[in-house]
Amino acid sequence: MFDWRWDFAFEIMPRLLWATLNTLLAAGIGYGIALVLGLVFALAQRTRFASLTFIVRELVEFIRSTPLVLQIFFVFYVGPQFGIRLSPWTSGMIAIGLHYAAYLSEVYRAGIESVPRGQWEACWALNLSAGRTYFRIIIPQALPASLPGMGNYMVGIFKDTPMLSVIGVTELMHTANALGSETYRFLEPYTLVGVIFLAISLPTAAGLRWFEAWVRRSLGMGR
Amino acid sequence: MSYGDFLAVHGTRFLSGAIITAEQTVLAAVLAVAIALVMGLMRLSGNVLIRGVSTVYIEIFRGTSLLVQLYWIFFVLPLFGIPLEKFTAGFAAVGMNLGAYGAEVVRGAIQSVPRGQYEAALALNMSPATRMRRIILPQALLIMLPPWGNLMIELLKGTALVSLISVADLMFEAKQINATTFLSIQAFGTALVIYYVMARFLITPFMRWLEVFMARKMGRA
Repeated sequence: MFDWRWDFAFEIMPRLLWATLNTLLAAGIGYGIALVLGLVFALAQRTRFASLTFIVRELVEFIRSTPLVLQIFFVFYVGPQFGIRLSPWTSGMIAIGLHYAAYLSEVYRAGIESVPRGQWEACWALNLSAGRTYFRIIIPQALPASLPGMGNYMVGIFKDTPMLSVIGVTELMHTANALGSETYRFLEPYTLVGVIFLAISLPTAAGLRWFEAWVRRSLGMGR
Repeated sequence: MSYGDFLAVHGTRFLSGAIITAEQTVLAAVLAVAIALVMGLMRLSGNVLIRGVSTVYIEIFRGTSLLVQLYWIFFVLPLFGIPLEKFTAGFAAVGMNLGAYGAEVVRGAIQSVPRGQYEAALALNMSPATRMRRIILPQALLIMLPPWGNLMIELLKGTALVSLISVADLMFEAKQINATTFLSIQAFGTALVIYYVMARFLITPFMRWLEVFMARKMGRA
Protein backbone atom coordinates (compact mmCIF):
# COMPACT_ATOMS: atom_id res chain seq x y z
CA MET A 1 0.00 0.00 0.00
CA PHE A 2 0.84 3.69 -0.27
CA ASP A 3 3.48 4.20 2.32
CA TRP A 4 3.32 0.99 4.29
CA ARG A 5 6.75 -0.14 5.57
CA TRP A 6 6.91 -3.80 6.48
CA ASP A 7 10.31 -3.49 8.20
CA PHE A 8 8.88 -0.83 10.51
CA ALA A 9 5.76 -2.89 11.11
CA PHE A 10 7.88 -5.89 12.17
CA GLU A 11 10.08 -3.67 14.30
CA ILE A 12 7.19 -2.34 16.39
CA MET A 13 5.29 -5.63 16.52
CA PRO A 14 7.00 -7.01 19.69
CA ARG A 15 6.18 -3.86 21.65
CA LEU A 16 2.58 -3.91 20.46
CA LEU A 17 2.21 -7.58 21.36
CA TRP A 18 3.55 -6.95 24.87
CA ALA A 19 1.06 -4.12 25.22
CA THR A 20 -1.66 -6.50 24.05
CA LEU A 21 -0.97 -8.58 27.15
CA ASN A 22 -1.64 -5.48 29.26
CA THR A 23 -4.85 -4.86 27.33
CA LEU A 24 -5.97 -8.43 27.96
CA LEU A 25 -5.02 -8.16 31.63
CA ALA A 26 -7.01 -4.91 31.99
CA ALA A 27 -10.01 -6.44 30.22
CA GLY A 28 -9.77 -9.55 32.42
CA ILE A 29 -9.56 -7.68 35.73
CA GLY A 30 -12.26 -5.24 34.66
CA TYR A 31 -14.54 -8.07 33.62
CA GLY A 32 -13.93 -9.91 36.88
CA ILE A 33 -14.94 -6.83 38.88
CA ALA A 34 -17.97 -6.29 36.64
CA LEU A 35 -19.15 -9.90 36.97
CA VAL A 36 -19.20 -9.76 40.78
CA LEU A 37 -20.34 -6.17 41.22
CA GLY A 38 -23.01 -6.63 38.54
CA LEU A 39 -24.51 -9.46 40.58
CA VAL A 40 -24.49 -7.21 43.66
CA PHE A 41 -26.30 -4.49 41.69
CA ALA A 42 -28.83 -7.00 40.35
CA LEU A 43 -29.57 -8.61 43.72
CA ALA A 44 -29.70 -5.23 45.49
CA GLN A 45 -32.69 -4.40 43.29
CA ARG A 46 -34.54 -7.46 44.51
CA THR A 47 -34.58 -6.82 48.26
CA ARG A 48 -37.55 -5.80 50.39
CA PHE A 49 -36.19 -2.27 50.77
CA ALA A 50 -37.83 -0.13 48.12
CA SER A 51 -35.46 2.77 48.73
CA LEU A 52 -32.41 0.56 48.10
CA THR A 53 -33.97 -0.68 44.87
CA PHE A 54 -34.62 2.90 43.82
CA ILE A 55 -31.10 4.09 44.59
CA VAL A 56 -29.38 1.18 42.84
CA ARG A 57 -31.76 1.46 39.87
CA GLU A 58 -30.95 5.17 39.41
CA LEU A 59 -27.23 4.53 39.89
CA VAL A 60 -27.27 1.86 37.17
CA GLU A 61 -29.20 4.17 34.85
CA PHE A 62 -26.76 7.00 35.52
CA ILE A 63 -23.69 4.87 34.85
CA ARG A 64 -25.23 3.46 31.69
CA SER A 65 -26.17 6.84 30.24
CA THR A 66 -22.84 8.62 30.70
CA PRO A 67 -19.63 8.11 28.71
CA LEU A 68 -17.06 5.66 30.05
CA VAL A 69 -14.17 7.93 29.13
CA LEU A 70 -15.62 10.68 31.32
CA GLN A 71 -16.10 8.22 34.18
CA ILE A 72 -12.45 7.17 33.85
CA PHE A 73 -11.35 10.82 34.17
CA PHE A 74 -13.75 11.33 37.06
CA VAL A 75 -12.39 8.42 39.10
CA PHE A 76 -8.78 9.32 38.29
CA TYR A 77 -8.98 13.03 39.14
CA VAL A 78 -11.54 13.16 41.92
CA GLY A 79 -9.51 11.04 44.34
CA PRO A 80 -6.58 13.49 44.64
CA GLN A 81 -9.03 16.33 45.43
CA PHE A 82 -9.76 14.45 48.67
CA GLY A 83 -6.19 13.35 49.23
CA ILE A 84 -6.61 9.83 47.82
CA ARG A 85 -4.08 9.07 45.09
CA LEU A 86 -5.11 6.24 42.81
CA SER A 87 -2.74 4.83 40.20
CA PRO A 88 -3.94 4.88 36.57
CA TRP A 89 -4.38 1.12 36.72
CA THR A 90 -6.46 1.18 39.91
CA SER A 91 -8.71 4.03 38.83
CA GLY A 92 -9.04 2.56 35.34
CA MET A 93 -10.11 -0.81 36.74
CA ILE A 94 -12.60 0.82 39.13
CA ALA A 95 -14.15 2.90 36.33
CA ILE A 96 -14.36 0.17 33.72
CA GLY A 97 -15.47 -2.42 36.30
CA LEU A 98 -18.26 -0.16 37.57
CA HIS A 99 -19.37 0.77 34.07
CA TYR A 100 -19.74 -2.81 32.93
CA ALA A 101 -21.17 -3.91 36.28
CA ALA A 102 -24.11 -1.62 35.49
CA TYR A 103 -24.57 -3.27 32.10
CA LEU A 104 -24.14 -6.79 33.49
CA SER A 105 -26.64 -6.15 36.28
CA GLU A 106 -29.27 -5.61 33.56
CA VAL A 107 -28.26 -8.89 31.92
CA TYR A 108 -28.52 -10.73 35.25
CA ARG A 109 -31.82 -9.05 36.04
CA ALA A 110 -33.33 -10.19 32.73
CA GLY A 111 -31.92 -13.68 33.33
CA ILE A 112 -33.39 -13.89 36.84
CA GLU A 113 -36.75 -12.63 35.60
CA SER A 114 -36.77 -15.34 32.92
CA VAL A 115 -36.86 -18.08 35.59
CA PRO A 116 -40.49 -19.29 35.86
CA ARG A 117 -42.46 -18.18 38.92
CA GLY A 118 -43.14 -21.77 39.90
CA GLN A 119 -39.44 -22.24 40.74
CA TRP A 120 -39.68 -19.50 43.36
CA GLU A 121 -42.85 -20.97 44.77
CA ALA A 122 -41.25 -24.43 44.94
CA CYS A 123 -38.28 -23.00 46.86
CA TRP A 124 -40.67 -21.28 49.24
CA ALA A 125 -42.68 -24.48 49.68
CA LEU A 126 -39.46 -26.38 50.46
CA ASN A 127 -38.55 -23.70 53.01
CA LEU A 128 -35.18 -22.99 51.36
CA SER A 129 -33.25 -20.00 52.67
CA ALA A 130 -32.86 -16.96 50.41
CA GLY A 131 -29.20 -17.84 49.84
CA ARG A 132 -29.93 -21.41 48.80
CA THR A 133 -32.86 -20.29 46.64
CA TYR A 134 -30.62 -17.92 44.71
CA PHE A 135 -27.39 -19.85 44.48
CA ARG A 136 -28.73 -23.39 44.05
CA ILE A 137 -32.00 -22.89 42.18
CA ILE A 138 -32.49 -19.52 40.54
CA ILE A 139 -29.02 -18.43 39.37
CA PRO A 140 -28.11 -21.79 37.75
CA GLN A 141 -31.29 -21.51 35.68
CA ALA A 142 -30.87 -17.81 34.99
CA LEU A 143 -27.32 -18.34 33.73
CA PRO A 144 -28.04 -19.82 30.27
CA ALA A 145 -30.37 -16.92 29.46
CA SER A 146 -27.71 -14.47 30.64
CA LEU A 147 -24.78 -16.02 28.77
CA PRO A 148 -25.22 -14.24 25.40
CA GLY A 149 -25.33 -10.83 27.11
CA MET A 150 -22.40 -11.70 29.34
CA GLY A 151 -20.39 -12.76 26.30
CA ASN A 152 -21.20 -9.58 24.39
CA TYR A 153 -20.03 -7.42 27.27
CA MET A 154 -16.86 -9.48 27.62
CA VAL A 155 -15.93 -8.52 24.06
CA GLY A 156 -17.27 -5.02 24.76
CA ILE A 157 -14.99 -4.46 27.75
CA PHE A 158 -12.01 -5.64 25.68
CA LYS A 159 -12.85 -3.11 22.98
CA ASP A 160 -13.27 -0.31 25.52
CA THR A 161 -9.84 -0.78 27.15
CA PRO A 162 -8.21 1.71 24.70
CA MET A 163 -10.02 4.44 26.66
CA LEU A 164 -7.72 3.64 29.59
CA SER A 165 -4.87 5.16 27.55
CA VAL A 166 -6.24 8.63 28.36
CA ILE A 167 -5.06 8.36 31.96
CA GLY A 168 -1.80 6.65 31.01
CA VAL A 169 -2.46 2.93 31.38
CA THR A 170 0.18 1.40 29.08
CA GLU A 171 -2.15 -0.77 27.06
CA LEU A 172 -2.25 -1.22 23.29
CA MET A 173 -3.56 2.22 22.30
CA HIS A 174 -1.19 4.01 24.65
CA THR A 175 1.76 2.12 23.15
CA ALA A 176 0.60 2.90 19.61
CA ASN A 177 0.35 6.60 20.52
CA ALA A 178 3.84 6.48 22.02
CA LEU A 179 5.25 4.75 18.92
CA GLY A 180 3.54 7.31 16.71
CA SER A 181 4.97 10.28 18.52
CA GLU A 182 8.46 8.72 18.73
CA THR A 183 8.70 7.92 15.03
CA TYR A 184 6.14 10.28 13.46
CA ARG A 185 4.65 7.26 11.73
CA PHE A 186 1.00 6.62 12.53
CA LEU A 187 -0.03 4.37 9.65
CA GLU A 188 1.58 1.16 10.90
CA PRO A 189 0.94 1.46 14.68
CA TYR A 190 -2.74 2.38 14.36
CA THR A 191 -3.41 -0.14 11.59
CA LEU A 192 -1.71 -2.91 13.56
CA VAL A 193 -3.74 -2.02 16.65
CA GLY A 194 -6.89 -2.41 14.57
CA VAL A 195 -5.69 -5.75 13.19
CA ILE A 196 -4.80 -7.04 16.67
CA PHE A 197 -8.25 -6.06 17.96
CA LEU A 198 -9.94 -7.85 15.08
CA ALA A 199 -7.68 -10.90 15.51
CA ILE A 200 -8.77 -11.22 19.13
CA SER A 201 -12.40 -10.07 19.15
CA LEU A 202 -13.66 -12.04 16.13
CA PRO A 203 -12.45 -15.49 17.29
CA THR A 204 -13.56 -14.67 20.85
CA ALA A 205 -17.05 -13.82 19.66
CA ALA A 206 -17.20 -17.03 17.60
CA GLY A 207 -15.90 -19.04 20.58
CA LEU A 208 -18.52 -17.52 22.85
CA ARG A 209 -21.34 -18.51 20.45
CA TRP A 210 -19.99 -22.06 20.49
CA PHE A 211 -19.74 -22.03 24.29
CA GLU A 212 -23.36 -20.83 24.67
CA ALA A 213 -24.56 -23.63 22.40
CA TRP A 214 -22.49 -26.13 24.38
CA VAL A 215 -23.88 -24.94 27.74
CA ARG A 216 -27.44 -25.10 26.47
CA ARG A 217 -26.87 -28.59 25.09
CA SER A 218 -25.21 -29.91 28.22
CA LEU A 219 -28.06 -28.53 30.34
CA GLY A 220 -30.45 -30.40 28.08
CA MET A 221 -32.15 -27.23 26.87
CA GLY A 222 -31.84 -28.04 23.17
CA ARG A 223 -31.84 -25.14 20.76
CA MET B 1 -15.54 28.85 45.66
CA SER B 2 -19.11 27.67 45.89
CA TYR B 3 -20.67 25.58 43.18
CA GLY B 4 -22.84 28.53 42.13
CA ASP B 5 -19.74 30.67 41.56
CA PHE B 6 -18.14 27.80 39.67
CA LEU B 7 -21.13 27.61 37.34
CA ALA B 8 -21.27 31.38 36.94
CA VAL B 9 -17.65 31.40 35.77
CA HIS B 10 -17.61 28.24 33.65
CA GLY B 11 -21.29 27.80 32.74
CA THR B 12 -20.91 29.23 29.24
CA ARG B 13 -18.09 26.78 28.47
CA PHE B 14 -20.23 23.83 29.56
CA LEU B 15 -23.02 25.21 27.41
CA SER B 16 -20.87 25.63 24.30
CA GLY B 17 -19.42 22.16 24.86
CA ALA B 18 -22.91 20.68 25.21
CA ILE B 19 -23.94 22.35 21.96
CA ILE B 20 -20.97 20.81 20.12
CA THR B 21 -21.82 17.43 21.67
CA ALA B 22 -25.42 17.81 20.49
CA GLU B 23 -24.23 18.71 16.97
CA GLN B 24 -21.88 15.73 16.88
CA THR B 25 -24.66 13.46 18.12
CA VAL B 26 -27.19 14.62 15.51
CA LEU B 27 -24.74 14.45 12.60
CA ALA B 28 -23.38 11.06 13.70
CA ALA B 29 -26.96 9.79 14.13
CA VAL B 30 -27.94 10.80 10.60
CA LEU B 31 -24.82 9.11 9.21
CA ALA B 32 -25.36 6.01 11.36
CA VAL B 33 -28.98 5.59 10.24
CA ALA B 34 -28.02 6.00 6.57
CA ILE B 35 -25.14 3.50 6.84
CA ALA B 36 -27.25 1.07 8.86
CA LEU B 37 -30.02 1.05 6.24
CA VAL B 38 -27.64 0.57 3.31
CA MET B 39 -25.46 -2.02 5.04
CA GLY B 40 -28.41 -3.82 6.60
CA LEU B 41 -30.12 -4.17 3.21
CA MET B 42 -26.85 -5.20 1.54
CA ARG B 43 -26.42 -7.86 4.20
CA LEU B 44 -29.66 -9.45 2.96
CA SER B 45 -28.74 -9.28 -0.71
CA GLY B 46 -28.68 -12.46 -2.78
CA ASN B 47 -25.44 -11.31 -4.40
CA VAL B 48 -22.42 -12.81 -2.63
CA LEU B 49 -20.22 -9.82 -3.41
CA ILE B 50 -22.67 -7.23 -2.06
CA ARG B 51 -23.31 -9.33 1.02
CA GLY B 52 -19.56 -9.80 1.49
CA VAL B 53 -18.85 -6.07 1.41
CA SER B 54 -21.40 -5.35 4.13
CA THR B 55 -20.24 -8.31 6.24
CA VAL B 56 -16.63 -7.08 6.11
CA TYR B 57 -17.72 -3.53 6.97
CA ILE B 58 -19.82 -4.68 9.90
CA GLU B 59 -17.20 -7.05 11.30
CA ILE B 60 -14.40 -4.48 11.04
CA PHE B 61 -16.36 -1.73 12.76
CA ARG B 62 -17.83 -4.01 15.41
CA GLY B 63 -14.61 -5.93 15.94
CA THR B 64 -12.38 -2.96 16.76
CA SER B 65 -12.71 -0.06 19.18
CA LEU B 66 -14.33 3.23 18.34
CA LEU B 67 -11.22 4.99 19.64
CA VAL B 68 -8.99 2.99 17.27
CA GLN B 69 -11.31 3.86 14.37
CA LEU B 70 -11.35 7.52 15.34
CA TYR B 71 -7.56 7.76 15.50
CA TRP B 72 -7.24 5.84 12.27
CA ILE B 73 -9.64 8.15 10.46
CA PHE B 74 -8.06 11.28 11.90
CA PHE B 75 -4.34 10.40 11.77
CA VAL B 76 -4.03 7.80 9.00
CA LEU B 77 -6.57 8.84 6.35
CA PRO B 78 -4.68 12.10 5.64
CA LEU B 79 -1.71 9.93 4.58
CA PHE B 80 -3.94 8.54 1.84
CA GLY B 81 -4.78 12.04 0.67
CA ILE B 82 -8.08 12.32 2.56
CA PRO B 83 -7.49 15.02 5.17
CA LEU B 84 -10.52 15.49 7.37
CA GLU B 85 -11.35 18.38 9.63
CA LYS B 86 -11.33 17.16 13.23
CA PHE B 87 -15.03 17.99 13.61
CA THR B 88 -15.86 15.93 10.49
CA ALA B 89 -13.55 13.08 11.48
CA GLY B 90 -15.24 13.01 14.87
CA PHE B 91 -18.84 12.51 13.81
CA ALA B 92 -17.79 10.39 10.81
CA ALA B 93 -16.03 7.88 13.09
CA VAL B 94 -18.90 7.74 15.58
CA GLY B 95 -21.49 7.48 12.80
CA MET B 96 -19.62 4.75 10.94
CA ASN B 97 -19.11 2.76 14.14
CA LEU B 98 -22.74 2.93 15.28
CA GLY B 99 -23.86 2.40 11.69
CA ALA B 100 -22.30 -1.06 11.82
CA TYR B 101 -24.23 -1.91 14.99
CA GLY B 102 -27.37 -0.40 13.44
CA ALA B 103 -26.96 -2.52 10.31
CA GLU B 104 -27.40 -5.65 12.40
CA VAL B 105 -30.51 -4.13 13.99
CA VAL B 106 -31.92 -3.32 10.54
CA ARG B 107 -31.14 -6.82 9.28
CA GLY B 108 -32.76 -8.44 12.31
CA ALA B 109 -35.86 -6.25 12.02
CA ILE B 110 -36.33 -6.96 8.31
CA GLN B 111 -35.92 -10.67 8.93
CA SER B 112 -38.53 -10.63 11.68
CA VAL B 113 -41.27 -9.24 9.41
CA PRO B 114 -43.61 -12.22 8.98
CA ARG B 115 -43.02 -14.37 5.91
CA GLY B 116 -46.65 -13.99 4.80
CA GLN B 117 -46.06 -10.29 4.11
CA TYR B 118 -43.47 -11.20 1.46
CA GLU B 119 -45.81 -13.75 -0.05
CA ALA B 120 -48.74 -11.33 -0.13
CA ALA B 121 -46.58 -8.69 -1.85
CA LEU B 122 -45.44 -11.31 -4.34
CA ALA B 123 -49.03 -12.37 -4.99
CA LEU B 124 -49.92 -8.72 -5.68
CA ASN B 125 -47.13 -8.69 -8.29
CA MET B 126 -45.13 -5.96 -6.56
CA SER B 127 -41.60 -5.37 -7.72
CA PRO B 128 -38.93 -6.26 -5.09
CA ALA B 129 -38.14 -2.55 -4.62
CA THR B 130 -41.78 -1.59 -4.04
CA ARG B 131 -42.23 -4.56 -1.76
CA MET B 132 -39.29 -3.48 0.38
CA ARG B 133 -40.23 0.20 0.42
CA ARG B 134 -43.99 -0.05 0.86
CA ILE B 135 -44.50 -3.31 2.76
CA ILE B 136 -41.40 -4.62 4.51
CA LEU B 137 -39.47 -1.53 5.66
CA PRO B 138 -42.40 0.28 7.31
CA GLN B 139 -43.14 -2.80 9.41
CA ALA B 140 -39.44 -3.39 10.10
CA LEU B 141 -39.19 0.23 11.25
CA LEU B 142 -41.60 -0.38 14.11
CA ILE B 143 -39.62 -3.43 15.19
CA MET B 144 -36.24 -1.70 15.08
CA LEU B 145 -37.13 1.53 16.88
CA PRO B 146 -36.67 0.25 20.47
CA PRO B 147 -33.13 -1.09 19.86
CA TRP B 148 -32.33 2.16 18.04
CA GLY B 149 -33.17 3.98 21.26
CA ASN B 150 -30.33 2.15 22.99
CA LEU B 151 -28.00 2.75 20.06
CA MET B 152 -28.71 6.49 20.18
CA ILE B 153 -27.57 6.60 23.81
CA GLU B 154 -24.44 4.64 22.88
CA LEU B 155 -23.93 7.17 20.11
CA LEU B 156 -24.18 10.13 22.47
CA LYS B 157 -21.66 8.46 24.76
CA GLY B 158 -19.44 7.68 21.80
CA THR B 159 -19.18 11.35 20.88
CA ALA B 160 -17.29 11.97 24.14
CA LEU B 161 -14.27 10.37 22.45
CA VAL B 162 -14.03 13.14 19.84
CA SER B 163 -12.58 15.29 22.64
CA LEU B 164 -9.42 13.19 22.24
CA ILE B 165 -8.85 14.68 18.77
CA SER B 166 -9.49 18.14 20.29
CA VAL B 167 -13.06 18.73 19.15
CA ALA B 168 -14.28 21.20 21.78
CA ASP B 169 -17.24 19.12 22.96
CA LEU B 170 -18.59 18.80 26.50
CA MET B 171 -15.94 16.26 27.52
CA PHE B 172 -13.18 18.52 26.13
CA GLU B 173 -14.45 21.57 28.03
CA ALA B 174 -14.69 19.55 31.24
CA LYS B 175 -11.07 18.48 30.80
CA GLN B 176 -9.95 22.06 30.12
CA ILE B 177 -11.83 23.41 33.14
CA ASN B 178 -10.34 20.66 35.29
CA ALA B 179 -6.84 21.49 34.05
CA THR B 180 -7.13 25.18 34.94
CA THR B 181 -9.12 24.99 38.20
CA PHE B 182 -8.24 21.52 39.61
CA LEU B 183 -11.88 21.35 40.73
CA SER B 184 -12.26 17.84 39.34
CA ILE B 185 -15.47 16.83 41.04
CA GLN B 186 -17.22 20.01 39.87
CA ALA B 187 -15.80 19.92 36.34
CA PHE B 188 -16.32 16.23 35.57
CA GLY B 189 -19.39 15.90 37.78
CA THR B 190 -21.20 18.69 35.94
CA ALA B 191 -20.33 17.14 32.59
CA LEU B 192 -21.58 13.73 33.79
CA VAL B 193 -24.89 15.26 34.84
CA ILE B 194 -25.28 17.08 31.51
CA TYR B 195 -24.66 13.84 29.57
CA TYR B 196 -27.15 12.08 31.83
CA VAL B 197 -29.79 14.74 31.25
CA MET B 198 -29.25 14.58 27.49
CA ALA B 199 -29.56 10.79 27.44
CA ARG B 200 -32.40 10.39 29.90
CA PHE B 201 -34.50 13.50 29.33
CA LEU B 202 -33.87 14.30 25.65
CA ILE B 203 -32.94 11.17 23.69
CA THR B 204 -35.05 8.60 25.56
CA PRO B 205 -38.30 10.66 25.50
CA PHE B 206 -37.69 11.54 21.85
CA MET B 207 -37.27 7.89 20.85
CA ARG B 208 -40.37 6.94 22.90
CA TRP B 209 -42.32 9.67 21.12
CA LEU B 210 -41.02 8.45 17.77
CA GLU B 211 -42.14 4.90 18.58
CA VAL B 212 -45.66 6.08 19.45
CA PHE B 213 -45.78 8.44 16.46
CA MET B 214 -44.69 5.73 14.02
CA ALA B 215 -47.02 3.13 15.51
CA ARG B 216 -49.93 5.56 15.12
CA LYS B 217 -48.90 6.32 11.57
CA MET B 218 -49.00 2.62 10.73
CA GLY B 219 -52.36 2.29 12.43
CA ARG B 220 -50.99 0.09 15.21
CA ALA B 221 -51.77 2.24 18.22
